[in-house]
Amino acid sequence: MKTKQGLKTKVTSLLKKLALPLAISLAANPLAHAEVNSTGLAVTDDTVKVGILHSVTGTMAISETGSVQAEKLAIEQINAMGGVLGRKIEYIQEDGASDWPTFAEKSKKLLVNDKVAAVFGCWTSASRKAVLPVFEQYNGMLYYPTFYEGLEQSPNVIYTGQEATQQILAGIDWVVKNKDAKKFFLLGSDYIWPRTSNKIARKHIEKLGLNVVGEEYYPLGHTQFNSVINKIKLKKPDVIYAIVVGGSNVAFYKQLKAAGIDMTKEKPLVLTISVTEDEILGIGGENIQGAYAAMKYFQSIENQNNESFVSAFKKRWGDDIVIGDVTQAAYLGPWLWKAAVEKAGSFDIDKVRAASPGIELTTAPEGYVRIHENHHLWSKTRIGHAKANGQYDIVYETKELMEPNPFPEGYQ
Amino acid sequence: MFADYSASELTAIFAMQGFAGLILFSVLVLMALGLAIIFGQMGVINMAHGEFMILGAYITYLTSNIFAEYMPSLFVGYFFVAMILAFGVTFLLGMAVEWGLIRFLYKRPLDTLLATWGLSLILQQLYRTIFGAREVGVSLPDWMMGSYALTDIIEVPINGIFVMVLTLVIALSVYWLMYKSGWGRQVRAVVQNRPMASAVGINTEKVDRITFGLGCGIAGIAGSAFTMIGSTGPTSGQLYIVDTFLVVVFGGAQSLLGTIASAFSISQAQSTMEFFLSGSMAKVLTLLFVVGILMLRPQGLFAMKIRH
Repeated sequence: MKTKQGLKTKVTSLLKKLALPLAISLAANPLAHAEVNSTGLAVTDDTVKVGILHSVTGTMAISETGSVQAEKLAIEQINAMGGVLGRKIEYIQEDGASDWPTFAEKSKKLLVNDKVAAVFGCWTSASRKAVLPVFEQYNGMLYYPTFYEGLEQSPNVIYTGQEATQQILAGIDWVVKNKDAKKFFLLGSDYIWPRTSNKIARKHIEKLGLNVVGEEYYPLGHTQFNSVINKIKLKKPDVIYAIVVGGSNVAFYKQLKAAGIDMTKEKPLVLTISVTEDEILGIGGENIQGAYAAMKYFQSIENQNNESFVSAFKKRWGDDIVIGDVTQAAYLGPWLWKAAVEKAGSFDIDKVRAASPGIELTTAPEGYVRIHENHHLWSKTRIGHAKANGQYDIVYETKELMEPNPFPEGYQ
Repeated sequence: MFADYSASELTAIFAMQGFAGLILFSVLVLMALGLAIIFGQMGVINMAHGEFMILGAYITYLTSNIFAEYMPSLFVGYFFVAMILAFGVTFLLGMAVEWGLIRFLYKRPLDTLLATWGLSLILQQLYRTIFGAREVGVSLPDWMMGSYALTDIIEVPINGIFVMVLTLVIALSVYWLMYKSGWGRQVRAVVQNRPMASAVGINTEKVDRITFGLGCGIAGIAGSAFTMIGSTGPTSGQLYIVDTFLVVVFGGAQSLLGTIASAFSISQAQSTMEFFLSGSMAKVLTLLFVVGILMLRPQGLFAMKIRH
């Protein structure tokens, strides 16, 4: 009896507590609230909460710092323009600490406790795979910035970086056509992204009737490449196709140069998809000068959008900073989300998802992007030529936007 | 796989491959010497060894910046100054760590593992706060980069030769210190019988402190040298720690000669297999080979006979 009564009083008092603010908000903004947020997200009349989920401690902090900076910059710029649907964006930042279970736990916290309307985050494929079930179970929206191996398409993720085929096909076609490349040596760190990418590369090379003379993988963190460099010298490939990552990257390029392979002579030529301007900071421009990289964004792209992006970025985070491919892709996240929310007229995840395909961004630093139905972006691929000062000269860009194709035939 | 190549090409490749093995050998010895002194002589499992190496690398980075800024004319020789500074700073930090942390744990060797692991995390975060999370690029004077062409095909990397010479110098100095100097005799006396050494008037605390500092100092020099071949970032030390322990344990913890023999066999096995197989497979087989030998000889390659 007593408990029942207690419950009743509690409910009544709760209703009373809710009634007043509810009445006020309804009076002030009669329709808007229910329409823009019918699923209980953290949206008030003048704010909306989003999450930023990256590693700022641990091994991956090296790579993810740039993404955090880009996302914060985009959010600040959007707020300065008046926010999204008249609401200022407030971000809650969580640290994934380079640990995949931590990523899953923090994403659950952001979705369940904080009820954020979108999350910008993750970097490695492993962290994305760890949070994926959480986003699908609690129906959140993740904007994922890194170029990656593909073979995935979730209704709860928008992939703002390139998937493997976009990056690989254009690069190989270019060296074949312009550098008369016939023999390729594929090299990578030993995990899913380099292995899948090299599989796609090998298939494409063999389809063109050309040769793969070697394919090698080294454990993550490997620091001694002299043996494989000797093997490369023996096989005499035209192109070293390198997908080495992390600290190994630095060791590989330093040792390649020390072994007398002068990349500026292009015999063999080095083509990579894993070295952005960020990585060159650690490698040293003089050690990688002459190599080519295939990706969608370089800091040196010349257009109005990029000029204002680079200067805003430097103004916000310091003059010495460099901007790599993933940093730019991370910057697109909040803008793509804003466009989708405004098209849907609502923060509801389902409505944002339905509105996303076809969203285009003409203000993107890389030029122009559009969301494909498979949640990846249509984007151009560019070839950069590394200079001693750590920047790339852009020597080629695809005429058309490359269609994202996360499930190329024969890889499922 | 060799049918398409001429005899002279093959000779050249095998010569270079032999040289690659020797470079790997020098790198392993340089990494492991400091740890061998600390682990072997004092029984302390120093998980922060990699972080001491990276401290040496960061000091090299700072020195190169200072030289480039204020003394560009002397830049060609900055590396030697950097190595001496790296040794000095890591030596002092090592002694401070021994004084503040390690000396309370001598009777609990397994706890040193946890304590030094904690220390490694603290140091990593400290580097991240001071130098930033990104890796830094250490610029080298031109003469240290590139290669020296012995014949038309055989080219030897200059930084490889540098590491080999440095390893030789340091190994000889350590040998002299441990086996020819009065201080080395004290260290060995303490290792063999601490109470007795103390009874004959050896200041065992001081010996411990300097031994630990020396181990860390050599790690600092190694880190400084590795800026030529590897990366310098807050967590780069982690790249070396597993190989380092592998070399020391395989060699027999208490024998410096064992460390060298172990580095030699691991490096030759690995670089030969890397050439004929792929990189990951070579690593797996090397580890299997080490595990196999350790099952037969748990004390490692060289065990010192001590009366307990």
